[in-house]
Amino acid sequence: MRRYFARKVAIYLLTFFVAVTLNWLIPRFMPGDPVLRMLTRTSVSNPDAIAPMREYYNNVFGLDVPLWRQYLNYWAELLQGNMGISVWLFPAPVTEVILDAVPYTLALLIPSILLSWYAGNKVGALAARRRWLDNTVLPLGYALTATPYMWIAIVLAWSLAIIAGIFPVAGGYSFDLQPSWSLVFFNSLLQHWFLPFLSLFLVAFGGWAIGMRNMIIYELEADYANYLEALGAPRRLIRRYAFRNALLPQLTGLALQLGVLVAGALVTEIVFGYPGLGRLILMAIQNQDFFLLQGAFLFIVIGVLIANFVIDIVYVLVDPRTRTGMTGGAA
Amino acid sequence: MSLRVDNLKVYYRTLRGDVKALDGATFTVADGEIMGLAGESGSGKSTLGKSLIRLDTRMRLVEGGVELDGKPLPIGDQDAMNAYRFKAVSLIPQYAMSALNPTRKIGKMISELLGARGVKYSEIKPELERRLDLVGLKREVLNNYPIELSGGMKQRMVLVLSTLLNPSLLIADEVTSALDVSTQRAVAETLVEFRDREFVKSMIVVTHDISLVYQIADTIMVMYAGKLAEKAPADVVVNAPRHPYTQLLISSLPEVGVRYADRKLAGIPGSPPGLLNPPAGCRFRDRCPLAFARCVEEPPFVEVDKNHHVACWKAQ
Repeated sequence: MRRYFARKVAIYLLTFFVAVTLNWLIPRFMPGDPVLRMLTRTSVSNPDAIAPMREYYNNVFGLDVPLWRQYLNYWAELLQGNMGISVWLFPAPVTEVILDAVPYTLALLIPSILLSWYAGNKVGALAARRRWLDNTVLPLGYALTATPYMWIAIVLAWSLAIIAGIFPVAGGYSFDLQPSWSLVFFNSLLQHWFLPFLSLFLVAFGGWAIGMRNMIIYELEADYANYLEALGAPRRLIRRYAFRNALLPQLTGLALQLGVLVAGALVTEIVFGYPGLGRLILMAIQNQDFFLLQGAFLFIVIGVLIANFVIDIVYVLVDPRTRTGMTGGAA
Repeated sequence: MSLRVDNLKVYYRTLRGDVKALDGATFTVADGEIMGLAGESGSGKSTLGKSLIRLDTRMRLVEGGVELDGKPLPIGDQDAMNAYRFKAVSLIPQYAMSALNPTRKIGKMISELLGARGVKYSEIKPELERRLDLVGLKREVLNNYPIELSGGMKQRMVLVLSTLLNPSLLIADEVTSALDVSTQRAVAETLVEFRDREFVKSMIVVTHDISLVYQIADTIMVMYAGKLAEKAPADVVVNAPRHPYTQLLISSLPEVGVRYADRKLAGIPGSPPGLLNPPAGCRFRDRCPLAFARCVEEPPFVEVDKNHHVACWKAQ
C-alpha cells in the first residue's frame, strides 16, 4: 500500500515538474514582446524616455537576465508562492488576480463535473433497463456529447437569455452591483452562474449516460450476473452489482475527462464573459501577459493533478483488484 | 423418480426461423443417480442442461414438461421458476472461474444472495464452513475477493455455493473442461462425494469427455443433433452400446497401449445436420453405416433392455 502511494506521488511530482517547465516555456515561444506592448499602451511621447522605461520594466519582470537564469528564478519564486506581477493589470500580483478568478471557475467546474457524472450514470443505468428510455436517452446522449462546448453555450445564451430573456447573457454578476455578502448579490450570482453551468453539465452528461448504459448492458451479460440469475437472485441484487462494477470504468473515465472538462469550462467562460480563469487566460494571451498566463495554467495543472490523485485513491477504495495488485496478492 | 422429463422441446429463436436444438427429450433421472450427458458440440446437451434451470432470452419452450420430485417444474416461466432455482435445482456453470462477482468479498456475496432468497446467512454459516473444510478450502476464503483465489479454488467455491441449499437436482455444465487433468479428477470425485453425502439428490453432468464421466456417472445419456440417442448404465454405454452413433463415438476414443502412429484413430465421417431445418426421420442416418429404408421414419426412444433406452430401428 505504502509503496503504491509512494510511486503515485513520485509520478505526480514528475508530472508537476514537466508541466511547470512547459508552462514557463510556452509563453516565451509566443511571438511579441510584453514590455514593448506595455510601452505602446502607455503611449510615451518622449522617445528618450522609452529606453529607461524599457530597462525598468525588464528589471521588474526579471526579463533582463539570461533565459536559464529566468527559469531558475521562476522556480525559486514559485516555491515561495510568488508568481510574478501581471503585465495586463500592472502592478497587481498574479496570485491576487488569479485568486479573484478561481472561485468562479471552481463554482462552475465542481458542480458540473460531479452532477453530470452522477446524473449521467443514474440515467444511463436506467436507460439500460427501459426500452423507451433507451430509445430517447441514447440519441440525445450522442448528440450532446458530440456538441462542442462553445456551440451549446452560444445556443443556450441565444435561446434562454436573448430570446426568452430568462437568464442574463454575460458576466459573473449584474453590472450595477458591487460584490458583497447580500442576498441580492448572491441571487444575481446564481442567475449568471446557471447558463454556463448548464452548458457544461449537458455536454458531459451525454457522455456519462452513454458510457454507463453500455457498461451496464455489458455487465448484465457477464458470467457472474448469469450465475446469480441461475441461482434465482432477484434482478435488484444483480443490477446493484452490475451498477457498482460498471462505475469503475466510469471513474477512470472521469480521471481522463477532467482535462477536457476544464478546457471546456475555459471556452464556456469566454462565451458568457464569466470572470473565471478562462477569461483570464484569454486576456493574458491578448496582452502577452507571460506571468498571468503561467499562473493560470499552473492553477489548472495543480487542480487536474489533485483531482486525479483523489480519483486514484477512490479507485483503490472501491476496486479490490487494484488493492491486490499492490500487495502482490494474499492467497 | 427424482426427475422426469417428458417430450421436452426447446428451440432457439433466430431471424431465419427456429433452431431445433432440443427436439423432444423424454427420460428420467432416479434419486441418487449421477447421469452423464454426452454428445458433440451442437448436440443439444447444454441446451437441455440450461433449460432445466434457466432458459436464456433466445430460448423458447415449445412443448413438453419437467417434473421434479413429483411436482411440475415451471421451466417456461422465468418468475415462477425463481422459487425453485438454487433450492430445488442448482447449477455449476461452465464459467466457474468468472462466476463470482469480482468486487465483492465471497462471504458477503453469499450472504447477500442468501438474504435475497430468504435464507439466514448466520444460520447456514456453520454448514458452509463444514463444506469448505470438506473440499479443502480454508474458511478465510470467505473474507477474500475472487481474484485472490486460484482457478481450482474458485471451482470448488462455486461447487460448495451451488449445492449449499441441498438441491434435488444439480446440473454440472462442462465443469471439468477448463481444468488440468489432476484437478479434473479431484472435482469429479468431489461431485460423487457430494452425492454420497446427500448434499445433492441427483446430478446431470454435461460433458463431451466420455472417459471422465465414465468414472463418476451411474448412467450415461448420449445425444445427437437435438435428439436422445441412447441412455444406459455407464458401463453398458461404454462396453456394449446399441446405437450406431454411440458405437462410433466410443470407438473413436483413444485406447491405452495403442500407438496411433501405426493405426489411425477412427472418427465418424460426415457432420451433423443443421438444426434450422433438420431432415425428417433418424438424424444420424446420413452418417450411419447401418442405415436402411426404415430410417426415414423417426425411431422412438424405447427401452430395449432393463434401463437401456435406444432410439434406433436396428437396436430393437
